[in-house]
Amino acid sequence: MSVWVFILKRIIQSLPIIVIVSIISFFLIRLSPVDPLAELKLNPSISKDTLEHEKRRLGLDKPVYVQYVYWAKNFIKGDMGTTVTGEKVSSKIKERVFNTLLLSFSVLFWTWIIGIPIGVIAALNYRSVYDRLLTILSSVGMAIPSFFFAILLLIFAQKTGLFPIGGLTSANFYSMSVFEKFVDVIHHLFLPTVVLTTISLAGLSRQMRANLLDVLDSDYVKFARAKGLSENKVIIKHALRNAINPLVTLLGFEFAGLLSGAALTEYVFQYPGLGRLILEAVLKSDINLVMASLMIGSFMLILGNILADILLKLTDPRVKVG
Amino acid sequence: MFKKFASNPEFRQFLKDKISVSAFFVLVVFYITILFAGFFAVYSKDYSNRALSYAPPSNVYFIDKEGKLTKPYTYNWIRVFNKDTLSIEYKQDRSQKYYLKFFKKGFEYKFLGLFKCSRHFLSVDNGGELYLLGLDINGRDNFSRILYGGQISLTIGFLALLISFPVGLLYGGISGYTGGFIDAFMMRFAEAMMSIPSFYLLIILAAILPSGMTSSQRFALITVILALIGWAGFARVVRGMVLSIKTQDFIKAAEVTGCSKMRIILKHILPQTSSYVIIAMALSVPSYILAESGLSFLGLGIQQPDASWGNMLKEAQEFSNIIYRPWLLTPGFLIFVAVLSYNLIGDTIRDILDPKSKVK
Repeated sequence: MSVWVFILKRIIQSLPIIVIVSIISFFLIRLSPVDPLAELKLNPSISKDTLEHEKRRLGLDKPVYVQYVYWAKNFIKGDMGTTVTGEKVSSKIKERVFNTLLLSFSVLFWTWIIGIPIGVIAALNYRSVYDRLLTILSSVGMAIPSFFFAILLLIFAQKTGLFPIGGLTSANFYSMSVFEKFVDVIHHLFLPTVVLTTISLAGLSRQMRANLLDVLDSDYVKFARAKGLSENKVIIKHALRNAINPLVTLLGFEFAGLLSGAALTEYVFQYPGLGRLILEAVLKSDINLVMASLMIGSFMLILGNILADILLKLTDPRVKVG
Repeated sequence: MFKKFASNPEFRQFLKDKISVSAFFVLVVFYITILFAGFFAVYSKDYSNRALSYAPPSNVYFIDKEGKLTKPYTYNWIRVFNKDTLSIEYKQDRSQKYYLKFFKKGFEYKFLGLFKCSRHFLSVDNGGELYLLGLDINGRDNFSRILYGGQISLTIGFLALLISFPVGLLYGGISGYTGGFIDAFMMRFAEAMMSIPSFYLLIILAAILPSGMTSSQRFALITVILALIGWAGFARVVRGMVLSIKTQDFIKAAEVTGCSKMRIILKHILPQTSSYVIIAMALSVPSYILAESGLSFLGLGIQQPDASWGNMLKEAQEFSNIIYRPWLLTPGFLIFVAVLSYNLIGDTIRDILDPKSKVK
């Protein structure tokens, strides 16, 4: 099966899931006792025309299933309505999605850079003090509530002044040169990345440890050793490559966990990401924004899983669509 | 029965692991303390001393001014307005010593939730005030609230498990055993549930709860909402197991004798998955504890005046609180210790029961 057929099949497979997700998120919110236009009506800066447009767009005078079709049609066209403050939902979400992706990729990158060596060291020193220590340390990282850790780091930032407190950019961001902008963003990304990396490190390093232990026990590694290859060569050329492969599937899961886990961290650090957007939308009962960000969040999750599967297919041709 | 359990090799292997045994001990201490929260608490649930909001922890002295060892005593706080810095400060009222009392009669509570009792482990002379972890913004005693809050934070996960696991089991069982179109549809639905970022779903559900519920209604609904995360992934694993179990001969035998489908699923198939289910349950308790604390931290979970460790940490959202009143962060450390203990125990259990770990 060629890679393209695989990709196509995988995409077709996830279409029904997207439809079901949209139905769940639509009915969940529409059946709640909140009037979708209540907040808009309260805002004096929203004109009557906009309200009328919203009413027609949502089809509020028609039965619920017709409303769903209306909503879905508009959604596909990219019209997600207006927020309670009168901005366009789609433009607001676009900017937030980018920020969340930026944070997620930064976390994934560091998790892999740190997690894989930790897993390898633990596996090579199986059941030794190192192994035990690394397992316990990763348990500790996993057990800290993300928001609590974020608060502790904020105190640290406040007391030392080494890191900015919250946000993604400094106040004078727009007057900076390209290089300064880059440094500024990295400076702001640092603390949220530390929080989320600490939490997701445990899962990856343990999986790596388990995989490598499996592979080291396999016949081809024994054979490579029997051939008289040096231990380094056996591990790097034969064992590691095979042990990393299954981790690619984990990428999709990790991404899912990150989207959820980032919400609280984004909230504490005042990071302008999708998680904080949905939280603020929920607190302001901004229905359009809530529905759109729920859909976009799920969409990103599904897309992340598809990408992970494709990556796995590229690295391991034996994989088939299940 | 107990003897059989104690001689179980897996159980012995668990006992050999010092770290997980101490983690287990920590959890036992936690649960005993919250079980007898009324007995250990210094103040009742609705105690509040508004004149002393944000008072720091009371100092307990064992050595008096002459340097002699005495019974432990404490001083009351008085609120002073400092005209130079324009701030409110707390000073000790050194004129009167108040000795700590053990097993003294105090406010009335229900011992084990069953019978009325008014003895307390720790209290102070009449007129004295003992705030082991200071007061919060409303003048409520943090130490006592941590005990009451623990009752919610440490049990809500278990209650959510009691909902999500039966649902996941039944769902996976029906889907796997029935097969065909129903199976395909049920699995797509479960996958869709898994595709919604769980925390987004949590905050939305918590936010659309109607206001004006009693605190026990809210507790029940938050439990149900927590149960909604995690059942789908669990159901998928159960389905996979059911697919392999249903091809075995004893299921065919049950079919031939004319058992109904539901009876086969409930009585013959699902019991086979029990060892996996128990481990999966034990491993998922900490995630529920974390989810509850996160929700309450945002103000969407357990609401004031009820205490939970998450909503007590809400005070930590203010900078001045964390810097000048770090004792308000105690619930965060307790969540951390509880979750860590669960994780360490879970790791050991998984290690013992995983056949691969015996290879070397």
